[in-house]
Amino acid sequence: MNIFVLVKRTFDTEEKIVITNGKIQDDGAEFIINPYDEYAIEEAIQVRDAKGGKVVVVTIGGEDAEKQLRTALAMGADEAVLINTEDDLDELDQASAAYILAEYLKDKEADLILAGNVAIDGGTGQVGPRVADLLGINYVTTITNLEIDGTNVKIVRDIEGDSEVIETSLPLLVTAQQGLNEPRYPSLPGIMKAKKKPLAELELDDLDIDEDDVEVKIETVEIFLPPQKSAGRILNGDIKDQVKELVNLLHTEAKVV
Amino acid sequence: MAKKVLVLGEVRDGVLRNVSFEAIAAAKQIADGGEIVGALIGNNVSQLASSLVEYGADRVVVVEHPNLASYTSDGFSQAFMAINEEVKPEAIVFGHTSLGKDLSPKLASKLQSGLISDVTVIEGNGDDALFVRPIYSGKAFEKVKTKEGIVFVTIRPNNIAPLERNTSRTGDVVSISVDIQNLRTIIKEVVRKAATGVDLSEAKVVVAGGRGVKSAEGFEPLRELANLLGGAVGASRGACDADYCDYSLQIGQTGKVVTPDLYIAAGISGAIQHLAGMSNSKVIVAINKDPEANIFKVADYGIVGDLFEVVPLLIEEFKALKVNS
Repeated sequence: MNIFVLVKRTFDTEEKIVITNGKIQDDGAEFIINPYDEYAIEEAIQVRDAKGGKVVVVTIGGEDAEKQLRTALAMGADEAVLINTEDDLDELDQASAAYILAEYLKDKEADLILAGNVAIDGGTGQVGPRVADLLGINYVTTITNLEIDGTNVKIVRDIEGDSEVIETSLPLLVTAQQGLNEPRYPSLPGIMKAKKKPLAELELDDLDIDEDDVEVKIETVEIFLPPQKSAGRILNGDIKDQVKELVNLLHTEAKVV
Repeated sequence: MAKKVLVLGEVRDGVLRNVSFEAIAAAKQIADGGEIVGALIGNNVSQLASSLVEYGADRVVVVEHPNLASYTSDGFSQAFMAINEEVKPEAIVFGHTSLGKDLSPKLASKLQSGLISDVTVIEGNGDDALFVRPIYSGKAFEKVKTKEGIVFVTIRPNNIAPLERNTSRTGDVVSISVDIQNLRTIIKEVVRKAATGVDLSEAKVVVAGGRGVKSAEGFEPLRELANLLGGAVGASRGACDADYCDYSLQIGQTGKVVTPDLYIAAGISGAIQHLAGMSNSKVIVAINKDPEANIFKVADYGIVGDLFEVVPLLIEEFKALKVNS
């Protein structure tokens, strides 16, 4: 099986967001593989181990993203591809990112493409379905279980807390939801092996992409932090009285019940 | 300039979802005097068209087909593209729901348009409209606009108030016939797991438990409180990792981001990842034994105490309030 995983380098979930001169400060921030993409990588490795084939992890970004690709290789992916847009593009949006990925994937005869259902930074969840549409293949989002039998695929997906059981077939793009699996930590031998695994770097030229093809459609006007919530009232006294007071406050002051 | 805006009326269990009425209000702002057209897709859904009109749509275009009885991206995109062709809108609004999230990127790809997902606030009208959306799960916000082409947005449930319902409004309802075929996905079954039947992302009240709940059974009182308030149960990652509840209930940077009117956090310490998922709720109540718990920093009201003592008392008090009012 030809398996591809679309991954994104994101801020560690521990990071606080600091804005300087209208931009999010990333100096000194810790970066990770987008947590939902980790489920995708783990699932890809499990499918390959069961069915054979190879797992290629693909990302768009700058040199810095090499670290996350090496981590994916250390987890067990076979090859990595960095589509480096640092020199060519100032900005990307979901449409342009999907276009670049689809141009890379179009002649790869992928059987299965996996991605996270959303990246925890931009949070749009668009790129996976857009890539599938550009490639003309089917997609299923927010999956929590995947069974492949020949080209038949049985999937359980999360739809707002309920589970939908569906049948479809390869080739297919799926996006991973939490609960799909338990991503492994890279082992020490895995980390050693990862250093020797192929990591290819491509630029837009290598994909015959013209800069005009990847003009962004969405423009960011401003980035800002939510208003700082000031700590509220800690009630005191006998617990019973506190509860009475709380219900009263919610009813008369906050007017939410 | 006035814009013609197409709004998807999303049907769940035979009724229109509230977010679709909110989407009409959003459309009104984007339309700036232009026409608002509702789109209804499904099997046996045309009778819902009048509610879209009562909430502000000027007319409704319906596509019905047996193959649209369950949502599939193939079926619904065929239907929506046919409606789009008929209406030729300058803007499109969906709810940022499971269906909206799944379908909108495929349509945006087909329309070669941008897509502004998960909008919580719209500032300004018409061409000047700016869309505010959370990034980093609500740790920050960005204000964006479409550079050119169709303005396609999905709005987060519970954030944009619907227009007042006006039962005397009338509008045309037109059905167009589309042969829906070549579905590559077959829905075999939907397993209901949501405990109260109120969807977490649309709930006005969320009662969430953390590690302090200590067991799956420990969630029972929280469930009772949520049911009483017509809300939904949520959880922190700690509670999900400890197997007290299903991951579908998780609120936080990984998991759901919720903005209910009332968020009650019981036995949740308030890790930064959890706060990202709930701190934009309108009113936050924290119940925790540890007075130093981080959650108190974002709470409007806090009770330092054992949730197993406090929650049952809360249930009693809310019951009493219901009886009296």
